[in-house]
Amino acid sequence: MSTMNTQGRQTTPDAISIREHKTISGNRGLAQAEKLIFEIGTPRRTGVDFPTLKGVKTRLGGRLGGRLGGMERTDEIGLPGLSEPETMRHYVRLSQKNYAIDMGVYPLGSCTMKHNPRLNEKMARLPGFADVHPLQPRGTVQGALELMDELGDWLIKLTGMPAVAMSPKAGAHGELCGMMAIRAALDAKGADHKRRVLVPESAHGTNPATAVQCGFTIDSIPANAKGRVDLEALKAKLGDDVAGVMLTNPNTCGLFENDIIEIADLIHGVGGYFYCDGANFNALVGRVRPGDLGIDAMHLNLHKTFSTPHGGGGPGSGPTVLSEALAPFAPVPYVEKYNGKWKLVEDAEGSESFGRMTAFHGQMGMFVRALSYMLSHGADGLKQATEDAVLNANYVQASLSGDMSPAFGGICMHEALFNDDFLGGTGVETLDFAKAMIDEGYHPMTMYFPLVVKGAMLIEPTESESKAELDRFIKVMKGLAKRAKAGETDFFKAAPIYAPLRRLDETRAARKPVLRWREETSA
Amino acid sequence: MRYLPLNNNDRASMLDVVGVKSVDDLFVDVPKSARLDDLIDVPLHKTEAEVETHLTAMAAKSRAAGAGPFFIGAGAYRHHIPATVDHLIQRSEFLTAYTPYQPEISQGTLQVLFEFQTQVAQLTGMDVANASMYDGSTACAEAVLMACRVKRRGKVHLAAGLHPQYREVTKTQCKFQDIEVRPCPSRPGHDQDVLIGMDTDSAAIVVQSPNVFGEIVDLTPYAEAAHAVGALLIAVFTEPVAFGAIKSPGEMGADIVVGEGQSIGVGLNFGGPYVGLLACRQKLVRQMPGRVCGETVDANGERGYVLTLSTREQHIRREKATSNICTNSGLCTVAFSIHMTLLGEQGLRQLAMLNHEKACILADKLTAIDGVDLVTENFFNEFTLRLSKSAKDVVGDMVAAGVLGGLHASRLMDGQDDLLIVCATETNTDADMDAFAAALEGALS
Repeated sequence: MSTMNTQGRQTTPDAISIREHKTISGNRGLAQAEKLIFEIGTPRRTGVDFPTLKGVKTRLGGRLGGRLGGMERTDEIGLPGLSEPETMRHYVRLSQKNYAIDMGVYPLGSCTMKHNPRLNEKMARLPGFADVHPLQPRGTVQGALELMDELGDWLIKLTGMPAVAMSPKAGAHGELCGMMAIRAALDAKGADHKRRVLVPESAHGTNPATAVQCGFTIDSIPANAKGRVDLEALKAKLGDDVAGVMLTNPNTCGLFENDIIEIADLIHGVGGYFYCDGANFNALVGRVRPGDLGIDAMHLNLHKTFSTPHGGGGPGSGPTVLSEALAPFAPVPYVEKYNGKWKLVEDAEGSESFGRMTAFHGQMGMFVRALSYMLSHGADGLKQATEDAVLNANYVQASLSGDMSPAFGGICMHEALFNDDFLGGTGVETLDFAKAMIDEGYHPMTMYFPLVVKGAMLIEPTESESKAELDRFIKVMKGLAKRAKAGETDFFKAAPIYAPLRRLDETRAARKPVLRWREETSA
Repeated sequence: MRYLPLNNNDRASMLDVVGVKSVDDLFVDVPKSARLDDLIDVPLHKTEAEVETHLTAMAAKSRAAGAGPFFIGAGAYRHHIPATVDHLIQRSEFLTAYTPYQPEISQGTLQVLFEFQTQVAQLTGMDVANASMYDGSTACAEAVLMACRVKRRGKVHLAAGLHPQYREVTKTQCKFQDIEVRPCPSRPGHDQDVLIGMDTDSAAIVVQSPNVFGEIVDLTPYAEAAHAVGALLIAVFTEPVAFGAIKSPGEMGADIVVGEGQSIGVGLNFGGPYVGLLACRQKLVRQMPGRVCGETVDANGERGYVLTLSTREQHIRREKATSNICTNSGLCTVAFSIHMTLLGEQGLRQLAMLNHEKACILADKLTAIDGVDLVTENFFNEFTLRLSKSAKDVVGDMVAAGVLGGLHASRLMDGQDDLLIVCATETNTDADMDAFAAALEGALS
């Protein structure tokens, strides 16, 4: 007999077993089905109140609309609106279909999904930073300029480089900044025969794409058996036409390029420049300064190293540090201080600057967040964060080495790289393994990158994970590896089954692209 | 340290598992000459309260736009953003997610992107839009590169009314790529000069409307002239709210439309982060830069969304990619989309007409002052005045009176020292406008 409370309501469940079923609503408990705004909203509904128009007859305008030059929009735009409560519900429901760092381990290698402190969000919303127009008179924006200058000073000290360009809007934009500075420096010397850029096979795809935008050609350098640049191969490719090298350090295999100083010397020896992709600077902060490695230019991803939120794919921010040789070619604008006041130099005219990369002055909102993070950590905390990130990655690598197959082994930096050898003969592929992780409540690691490692799985735990959290993660990874080896192929091929959706058909999406809602195609 | 969960016991036992004695052993690959022994010369860690004090004091050294009468536009606009927008974009699931590379657990971001792309396409009157660019200026530069790829031609013409910083960004982006950029000098009333020198080598002309002086430009003749020589019309905008009142560039024959989306959902932020919008005709889709979200189905046939057409992008195509862009303006697209959903078409139209009415009333008040002439014939919420004195001096004098009364054109361009670019939005009160008029009159007398 069931237990009852005083109202006669049953307080222990009956032992009835029922299989999953399709619900009437399409919802599944907390997982709410949510249609598109175009299917639930209408152009006549709104969630914003406005004052009524005065309807005054203006001297210049005549009747309202009279100054629009006969260009009034008359057709229906079709933009759907929702009331405020409906809007809240729509986006809250959608948000619940996303995984997030605040929810669990997000070990995307090379992406550095670390904790995003909310203090940073609060600081970025101070009216003196958030509600300031980029073209206000300089005397009214001294605090904003001071913040840019103070952040720039931290970046200069942390990297040991003499100059920083603050305006690049993201990592790839910072790469463009660095490579344009190199191109401008070569042009200034009349070195128009130097057009070949050496790029390791393991590089991020943005590296070759960026170099080409600066008029360079790409020459790939292979990796050696230890996952580093093959120094002999690099030497063989040196020549007078080499403009520079683009190297990530630690590289995309999560390894420190131990020949880096020699590589810098070799490149400088042929009159080229050394671009370092700073995506993995979080493994070095406080322990190594790029300025001591012979680097000429390096972008910093404030959204990776300095905890500004990734926001589902941006906004990023990519300040770029430059050597003495490249600093004169930095883009405008930049902040200068004299007589105790900050001023903005906005005009490239009459200088060697290669020009302007963006309207206004860069990602101010991200600058505030990054500085808030740096101030919080300080010199001691930043170094500790680096060490913990590297320790966490090595702990994961060491703990999983028996069950999974490390790509190179040995000590890694901030991320642990595995290949798919441990899945050999199981029929389970890296993709399947990743999807099974989703069912276990984890975001998968970076997969199939770097390209130089077969079926690559790149795990970056970051310093934000506790040992207990890592132990749970390791237990799951080992368990999955065992299931794969035990021949449970279907289990992996079906995954994920506990996510909001099952695996999606990407081929169909690309073959006949549907990139917007239209009335006739709605389900 | 409050952001670091490991304690020294954890660290010691983890080092054991790794099989090394100390954390220094994890950095053995670093050349000895580059190993730092000491802490870097920056301050030590601070409490949350200390950081707040430091940054709050710094922020107080700037004059917030909302602290008094404020009338600056010229590429960034101060609109009221509903509280719902900021609340929603701070939800962990939007704020702390990465690019939606694992679609099964990223449908929230992906559906918002699909809705955003549709909203942008509708607003601009185009077939499709991408999932955003960094900002309007970089979107403009990318559109120029896109036009050159589509047309396999290497000459582009920029109109006199294009925001001068957009022009500079475009020149920079093209300077190492064998593309000839022909900018017309910035001055009001000379947009039509862009047609001079256009021929069958031209890939595109770039025309902004409303332009940097606030003038609404009829794009139809520009589209016809471009198409007559086989070139594209790239239409640029910096104030998307305008499309609640005036015809979209798509209706006037534009092939690619790019602009700044900051007005909707994103604050001034001293210039960034903002959200670049890029929309185009269907047939140009495969030359579009940046991320794109598309509809598909899952293994059970349920509708879902994925990032698609990635064969254009750098992570697949490497040096043959359409662009090096990787990150876009993710969270700002979410903000834009939420604000646009709250507005809906009715709200957008109301907002637009409110802006236009404010601008008409303000123009009335200011042109009643001696020494002030209206340069802009047709405008939305922004217009240009010719003053009897240096606009830079006038702006400075008005700051002393507590009024941020527009932008002197000479901040952005040469030789227009007497021009003042003025913007009014729904955030301006009658009292603000009266204070502006009084300050302007005082500065001119």
